[in-house]
Amino acid sequence: MSDLVDMQSKPRIGVLAIQGDYAAHAAALEQAGAAPSLVKTPEDLRLDAQSALEALVLPGGESTTMLKFLEKRHFFNALRDFCVQKPVFGTCAGAILLAREVRNPAQHSLGLLDAVVERNAYGRQIDSTILTAETALPGGPLEMVFIRAPRIAAIGPTVEALAWRDGYPALVRQGTVMAATFHPELSADRRVHHLFVALVSGAPAR
Amino acid sequence: MTELNGKPAVTAAALRLKVGLAEMLKGGVIMDVMSVEQALIAEQAGAASVMALERVPAMIRAEGGVARMAKPGLIKQIIQAVSIPVMAKARIGHFAEAQILQELGVDFIDESEVLTPADEAHHIDKHAFTTPFVCGARNLGEALRRIAEGAAMIRTKGEAGTGDVVHAVQHMRQITREMRQLTVLTEQELYAAAKDLQAPYELVRMVAQAGKLPVPNFSAGGIATPADAALMMQLGAEAIFVGSGIFMKERATPLDVENDPKEREEAVSRAKAIVIATTHYNDPKILAEVSEQVTGTMKGLAAAAIEEKELLQTRGW
Repeated sequence: MSDLVDMQSKPRIGVLAIQGDYAAHAAALEQAGAAPSLVKTPEDLRLDAQSALEALVLPGGESTTMLKFLEKRHFFNALRDFCVQKPVFGTCAGAILLAREVRNPAQHSLGLLDAVVERNAYGRQIDSTILTAETALPGGPLEMVFIRAPRIAAIGPTVEALAWRDGYPALVRQGTVMAATFHPELSADRRVHHLFVALVSGAPAR
Repeated sequence: MTELNGKPAVTAAALRLKVGLAEMLKGGVIMDVMSVEQALIAEQAGAASVMALERVPAMIRAEGGVARMAKPGLIKQIIQAVSIPVMAKARIGHFAEAQILQELGVDFIDESEVLTPADEAHHIDKHAFTTPFVCGARNLGEALRRIAEGAAMIRTKGEAGTGDVVHAVQHMRQITREMRQLTVLTEQELYAAAKDLQAPYELVRMVAQAGKLPVPNFSAGGIATPADAALMMQLGAEAIFVGSGIFMKERATPLDVENDPKEREEAVSRAKAIVIATTHYNDPKILAEVSEQVTGTMKGLAAAAIEEKELLQTRGW
């Protein structure tokens, strides 16, 4: 298959590339059958004059750093407008950006996921851990890499939990919004990225 | 990576978590800070992490004396003040300082040539710690020896405290060239390459296959302007350490961010500009804009004017 045909058949998914492990996400999306591209400016959300990206991933990293960039050049509003219409998946810092409310400390967020997220809820790097736990995803227990992880302290009635840590949701879905407090991009298991790519491929056009 | 030094149980998950935090810092700026006020300025400017220390390299160079780990009280105050990861430096080989830093909850330990070395033969056994380590390197052999000892991140060494980027460039080019050279060697040739590099064969083979280090490679030492940061990112750095470049005025005098609003504004403008330049390193239009917004730059010291024995980068082996 030529690259051209290849590009046309694969969902075009952007990865916010301000700071963090965006390269790991791009590699994971590629393995899950998508065509990733990096988004550093609001203009990068468009492919060309006619078309835009189909979905977006907000990676891990420092949410405070990402917010500084979003607060400039109308990036915040452009991103929110995009994510209201198209599927979005946030991991760790990305989940913090998506939340309705952020604690420890309180900070600005996109408010697209009906959830309360606490930053650094499990402590510092020395408390980072890799757990394998039950998940609602088919295929058995899921490895979850937690790095200075946040905690989803509460979710609204329309949010579905798909994996848990100590009884708190660690992977959630609300319509076309997905969020994880761990880093599926740092595991070999691609089920979570496959789930998002399937969501993008099957998402109703709006 | 997972069976290095015959300690599979220690390294497999632990090393993934250490390298994982280094992954999260990519594309960001790690800033040296000497006070809570400076740490808050760094965080508000968008730094991905801060390095807590009592004297930045420019001051250590100017004032002399033995440079040691920062005081625990200062480190704890900075940890309390910011929500981003906090790093701190231990002397080369000084594993007791590293034990204290780990106990304090520091997120990354820098085994640094900027401080006065405590051991002239041995670096710290970094596998023995839960906290990840970053170490400096001037060439591929040095980088791989540090990774063999357990380093989860490498920073190519410039000449710290000078504001002169020339050695950061030299050593980044050196390491990327050596990695490229490995990729064209045959399996048999890699054994001799490992001997020449004085590095473990397994790590040499991993670099030959991947064309890059098995851990993130950041740049440090002498980076003082947004253009310097963009240069190092274009040369292959995955993130940037800025030491004396944000908060220093003259060679041994920091900007007075606590009392002088104008000097505070200068530090803020430098910090913000370098953060933006590190993200948009490939966009000359944005680089021109942010370079224009910087109100001043540290005076600096030409690295070529420093006597060989006064260089910090030659510490470590």
